[in-house]
Amino acid sequence: MSKAGKMPFTERALAQLTLVRFRETTREPEALFWIFIFPVLLAAGLGIAFRNRPPEVLNIAATTPELARSLAGEKLLRVRQAPQAQAEEALRVGQVALVAGPGAGGTVVYAYDPTNPDGRTARMLADRAVERAAGRVDPVASADRLIEEPGSRYIDFLIPGLLGMNLMGSAMWGIGYTIVDARRKKLIKRLVATPMPRHYYLLSFVLSRLLLLVAEVGVVLGFGALVFHVPVRGPFIDLAALCVLGSMLFCSLGLLTASRAQTIEAASGLMNTVMMPMWICSGVFFSAQRFPDAVQPVIKALPLTAVIDALRASMLQGAGLAQVAPQIAVMGAWMVVCFGLALKLFRWR
Amino acid sequence: MPDSGGKAPLRVRQLRKTYKDVVAVDGLDMEVRAAECFGLLGPNGAGKTTTMEICEGLTAADSGEVELLGMHWERDAPQLRQRLGIQLQETQLSEKLTVSETLRLFRSFFQQGPDAAEVIGMVQLQEKADSRVGNLSGGQKQRLALACALVGAPDFLFLDEPTTGLDPQARRQLWELIERFKLAGRTILLTTHYMDEAERLCDRVAIMDHGKVIALGTPRELIASIGAEHLVEFSSARVPDAALLAEIDGIRDVHAENGTVRMQVTELHRAVPALLDEMARQGIPLTELRTHSATLEDVFVTLTGRHLRDE
Repeated sequence: MSKAGKMPFTERALAQLTLVRFRETTREPEALFWIFIFPVLLAAGLGIAFRNRPPEVLNIAATTPELARSLAGEKLLRVRQAPQAQAEEALRVGQVALVAGPGAGGTVVYAYDPTNPDGRTARMLADRAVERAAGRVDPVASADRLIEEPGSRYIDFLIPGLLGMNLMGSAMWGIGYTIVDARRKKLIKRLVATPMPRHYYLLSFVLSRLLLLVAEVGVVLGFGALVFHVPVRGPFIDLAALCVLGSMLFCSLGLLTASRAQTIEAASGLMNTVMMPMWICSGVFFSAQRFPDAVQPVIKALPLTAVIDALRASMLQGAGLAQVAPQIAVMGAWMVVCFGLALKLFRWR
Repeated sequence: MPDSGGKAPLRVRQLRKTYKDVVAVDGLDMEVRAAECFGLLGPNGAGKTTTMEICEGLTAADSGEVELLGMHWERDAPQLRQRLGIQLQETQLSEKLTVSETLRLFRSFFQQGPDAAEVIGMVQLQEKADSRVGNLSGGQKQRLALACALVGAPDFLFLDEPTTGLDPQARRQLWELIERFKLAGRTILLTTHYMDEAERLCDRVAIMDHGKVIALGTPRELIASIGAEHLVEFSSARVPDAALLAEIDGIRDVHAENGTVRMQVTELHRAVPALLDEMARQGIPLTELRTHSATLEDVFVTLTGRHLRDE
């Protein structure tokens, strides 16, 4: 007789199945890379590429020493003095944004490309510096207050998007691959030949994902918070609830996608077909608002859009669960429908 | 087995199963008695595995009846599953798990049975208990598959081609294990297309062909049914007079072909000296003499005109 007889045998079965799933995932180095390392690398790369730069100093040229001297008073301009022909050449090849030279009757002529924003900015800065050097006093005094607030930068937008994408990818691939592999190896058929309750098999995937979820969400959020100071404004418990719901939704979608496929190739194709539109449309890397109004209702109904919108609202705007109720409804509907269909369609051999 | 009350643990009546246009099982009847090892022997495609899977409740029959341990799949599936040990053909267990993790998983599905360590001892995998399944040899994997069938202390064991693809040493090792479970009084239904396996392990054998049982009995009875216990073959410089050989006591069915003479013999110890005397009398020197005991293979060839391994 068994020593572990305390726990009713069926609960032991669910615990064992979940443990086995968990072990299988953690013993797969590639899976760990995609779940934990890849999102951090992606966040780091994009965070650096799209970081907010300090205000740029613009290069300009002046053709007379007097002009060069008066322009030197502006901190945001780097002035060099050059003969007219050389200065014009530097403007043509983009080394300077503007050339300031004397015009007829003591005027100043600014040469620049009006389609180049740097040129227009340089024009305003240079003109202000020249006028002030000549003794202009502004009638209204002004002062600057500079704002670089966490929560409105690209990285703040990106982290919830990556979190949502990671929830989707790890749930779908983790479940889809394992199930199709087990079906191909006739392992599912072997399990069905035991007294194992079938719904425990499916449930064990969801439970083991929830175990991994803590680490998975923690890595992305922790990286965002530590390296880029990405805020979590909403209650932490709300964020956790949204992640759990999102993960369960994608588990159901993964179970459904893998419910009949017999080969890894078939499953991969199906997975990509399901996920690709969401990678593009659901606002992972850029706002879904950029798509035409006509398709917005469709985009809003996609599961990943709902997850990411809810995560962003909670993390960046501090929205409560009540404020993201529409997104929660979309997630819940997908979850229930997909799980129900998966149970019905699942090929047990 | 209190609820099977002395009845045969497995009774199959008029079983029929068709896949599209192929009749896999064609009105099959059989009965497996308590504590016997019953073998389904036949070539690939004879319907052995389909029959097995219907009895295991994994495939639904088109018609016919299966009564297992006094129960029926339609009504008693959960109770039945608890009492069966099943080994399927070609199951690949998860390679990332260790032997003992795999067995703990399978053990957790059953209400009773030996614990994982005990089953590992039964199939002699103690040294591999903490090895990953992916690192086991073919024979060790097959023993693990057998262990997975034993964790529920089953009353009835299904083994589908348990030694297919193994080297001779691994096969003998597995045979010894199966023989031990036979001695422990378990009822076993096994399929095989190896005649030597069936002869060694099975108390009774049903020879299957085209979804039907074409012969049934103990291996000894089946071999006796073709009327010859031994086969003798010899070559000689000249072909002797076959009619004179056929007159020797115990020799039947003499065939001469390409300088080789084949005959069926019932009493080898009498027939062979007589044969040698007759050859000496005719003055023909022998160049080769071979004898072998009749096997189930010979039974199959006699019944169907084909060899077991023919596709």
